[in-house]
Amino acid sequence: MIRDLPILNELRLKFGTNGVQVEETRDGVPTIRVDRASVVPLLRFLKQDAEQPYPMLFDMTAIDERNRKTRPMEASNEFTVTYQLFSFVRNQDLRVKVALSSDDLALPSVTSVWPSANWYEREVWDMFGISFNGHPHLRRLLMPKSWEGHPLRKDHPARATEMTPFELTDEDVETEQDLLKFNPEDWGMQRKDDHIEYMFLNLGPAHTGTHGILRLVVQLAGERIVDIVPDIGFHHRAAEKMGERQTWHTYIPYTDRIDYLGGVMNELPYLLAVERLAGIRVPARAEVIRVMLAELFRIASHLVWYGTFAQDVGQLSPVFYMFTDRERIFRIIEAITGGRMHPGWFRIGGVAHDLPVGWTHLVREFLEYLPSRLSEYDDLVLRNPIFQARTKGVGRYSTQEAIDWGVTGPGLRATGFSWDFRKTQPYSGYEQFDFDVPTAVNGDCYDRGLVRVEEMRQSLRIIGQCLEYMPEGPTKADHPLATPPNKDRTLQDIETLIHHFLAVSWGPAIPAGEVMAKVEATKGCNAYYLISDGAPWPYRVRIRTPSFPHIQMVPLISKGHLLADLLAILGSVDFVLADVDR
Amino acid sequence: MKALPFIVLLLGSLLTISALLIWVERRLLGQWQERYGPNRVGPGGILQTAADVIKLLTKEDWIPPFADKTVFILAPAVVVSAVLLSFAVVPFGPSLVVADLNIGILFLLAVSSLSAYSIVLAGWASNSKYALIGGLRGAAQMFSYEVYMGLSLMGVVMLAGSFRLRDIVEAQQNLWFCIPQLLGVGIFFIAALAETHRLPFDIPEAEAELVAGYHTEYSGMKFGLFFLGEYLGIVLMSSLIVILFFGGWQGPWLPPLVWFGTKTVVVMMLFLLMRATFPRPRFDQLIAFGWTIMLPATLINLLVTAAVILMNRHDVS
Repeated sequence: MIRDLPILNELRLKFGTNGVQVEETRDGVPTIRVDRASVVPLLRFLKQDAEQPYPMLFDMTAIDERNRKTRPMEASNEFTVTYQLFSFVRNQDLRVKVALSSDDLALPSVTSVWPSANWYEREVWDMFGISFNGHPHLRRLLMPKSWEGHPLRKDHPARATEMTPFELTDEDVETEQDLLKFNPEDWGMQRKDDHIEYMFLNLGPAHTGTHGILRLVVQLAGERIVDIVPDIGFHHRAAEKMGERQTWHTYIPYTDRIDYLGGVMNELPYLLAVERLAGIRVPARAEVIRVMLAELFRIASHLVWYGTFAQDVGQLSPVFYMFTDRERIFRIIEAITGGRMHPGWFRIGGVAHDLPVGWTHLVREFLEYLPSRLSEYDDLVLRNPIFQARTKGVGRYSTQEAIDWGVTGPGLRATGFSWDFRKTQPYSGYEQFDFDVPTAVNGDCYDRGLVRVEEMRQSLRIIGQCLEYMPEGPTKADHPLATPPNKDRTLQDIETLIHHFLAVSWGPAIPAGEVMAKVEATKGCNAYYLISDGAPWPYRVRIRTPSFPHIQMVPLISKGHLLADLLAILGSVDFVLADVDR
Repeated sequence: MKALPFIVLLLGSLLTISALLIWVERRLLGQWQERYGPNRVGPGGILQTAADVIKLLTKEDWIPPFADKTVFILAPAVVVSAVLLSFAVVPFGPSLVVADLNIGILFLLAVSSLSAYSIVLAGWASNSKYALIGGLRGAAQMFSYEVYMGLSLMGVVMLAGSFRLRDIVEAQQNLWFCIPQLLGVGIFFIAALAETHRLPFDIPEAEAELVAGYHTEYSGMKFGLFFLGEYLGIVLMSSLIVILFFGGWQGPWLPPLVWFGTKTVVVMMLFLLMRATFPRPRFDQLIAFGWTIMLPATLINLLVTAAVILMNRHDVS
């Protein structure tokens, strides 16, 4: 039982039985409620002093509980702040919740425990208006400075039709532009010191090297980077708020566009979470189809990274070769799903269709084609001495730093730490596949590249196994909540017809509860934390994306390097702005 | 005054060749990168550059309000005039030369390196941070390659015993200098890449980090002049390599001009291939490369050449 977990006893001993209350959740993640005063000491204890510590702040978010019918705690709990920790030794998550009432929305900041809490706390402030005492720069993160209200509160409108018509006058443009002006003093930066006057270079939001609308204000001494202030939010599309207005089923295409290079890979954690809530077991064939498509998209995403990374260090040709290869993947995706980058093809309880006739031929052809191309790229890029000179020893971080900052995926494995959620917490049948988890040693730009290139080869292995061992059987679960439901009996039986009609027109009503599911996505660990109120739509959708913590870390690993190195670092981190801003 | 028609003809053909070179480069890059390249305007897209020039000429002639106007206009003119002026001493054939100076090489090095000014001036006059960084990089890069560029040619001068380009070509009657000066031709080729700011030495431009470097603020035909200057530079450097190391116009059966042209085209293709192949080093790496590897290599080349020449002389006497 969760209540008897040793860590909970350890916490009860230290912080008292009343201070640590256990809450049941659907996903089986140990969840405790603590009072405000013990947040910081408790989290510090969990990170540093616990016997098997929880060194990573995996995610942090808040919930506006005011409209929730199935609220787990007393009515005075109007907002909940959630800290999601992860322990590698235990291979276990831990959720720590703090209840707040709306007349006193403040918490002590945990930035002193985890540096990565900085942006998470700013996001919670931005979205919910919960302030964090002791935070160094508590200000909006995703929304513009001029925004009124806190968007993820339940009383904030979600649709343009609920607001006054939008107008942008010339004065508004002026004001907004003024608000975007960078003022070094706001960030505790000096304009000059005894020897030198710093240059503040505004890199982005529209810049060739930032891979999207990311703004980095770089403090330069000559060409040497003194500090960087990232400004994100230009790609913010309120994906989490949308979740509260879409049915469980119609939200699927939105997830595709979170990490827009990952395609169906994004649907997977969302659907795993929904299926866990609904208690759906996905049939084996659907699971293997999902794995195959997800791995194809991993290769597609890594190919884009590979090409653009080479371009970031000035190599012009690779990107064309790699996009050509990616096009071959899209040809397979198109044959199977009908879509290309964002097929929106997985369904609650399975996938949309069975595989088309002749799919084996397409996949086999690709499996034979890519390996020789990859070894050619090794010669062209990875073994190129100039490329190595540009990337080796640049943007280095240790395993310890990576965990402190919430880095997952290839960026973590490049430091020599072999951790892949496909292996350690297998989902969708990954435990049946035979593949290796590539790692590197130094954690610099070059090693992050090495790991990704090797990952493509491993993905090919997985796809090969999918091809060889594709099980027969249905592609959607025979479950009342699988969407759209199976139709075979509807013409004989009025009850199933009614059910089918409701499930298709309103969407399924997923049972109430809280659940989180995570996958090893293309860029790191992508997780969906869903709260259902028993309605046909989610009560709260929290998307934990890998790019968010990775970008937050860029200033740390860029300091002391040259401006040209910053581009190599950005390329090696492999982020997608939509994945950062959501 | 028989020189005047020749000069006019020369200028005309140089501009045409550069325009063609741009098209050739884009088509070749397309082939190398598994795509088409421009193939719509004219047969095979050959008129693409003409269309681009018309577009550039009819664009608004924009000068940013924060720029230093005079210098801003002057900068792109410097690069084109410097390169065109350098062609004055280039012998395209035994008698096809505008000015047969007896210090041809020195004149050429002096005038062609003036084009670095255009980068520094453009970077400075634009009054924009990206352009400034690009301009400063241009200056830093110039310091590192100009030294070994000049020195790498001294071996040739020693072998030919003259600074006059025509004498150098004629001295290669029996043996092209690329054989005794193998190291020299390698070094000079690298220096020529740096001089023309082609990948992997396009550090002042470095579009990945500096948007467009020193010409970030330029548009219209002023930008076009920088572009033209770069391609004229390739033609100049390729002709120079042919003259100094590959026997210039010399060759059997065919007329001298055809030989000269063929050799130059081959070298130009090499320039283009570089761009399709290499990543860009960091500017500190380039400078370190210049001072710690290229300069010593050049000096060794110079010493060995001198020693060999002295030894041979001793045998004669």
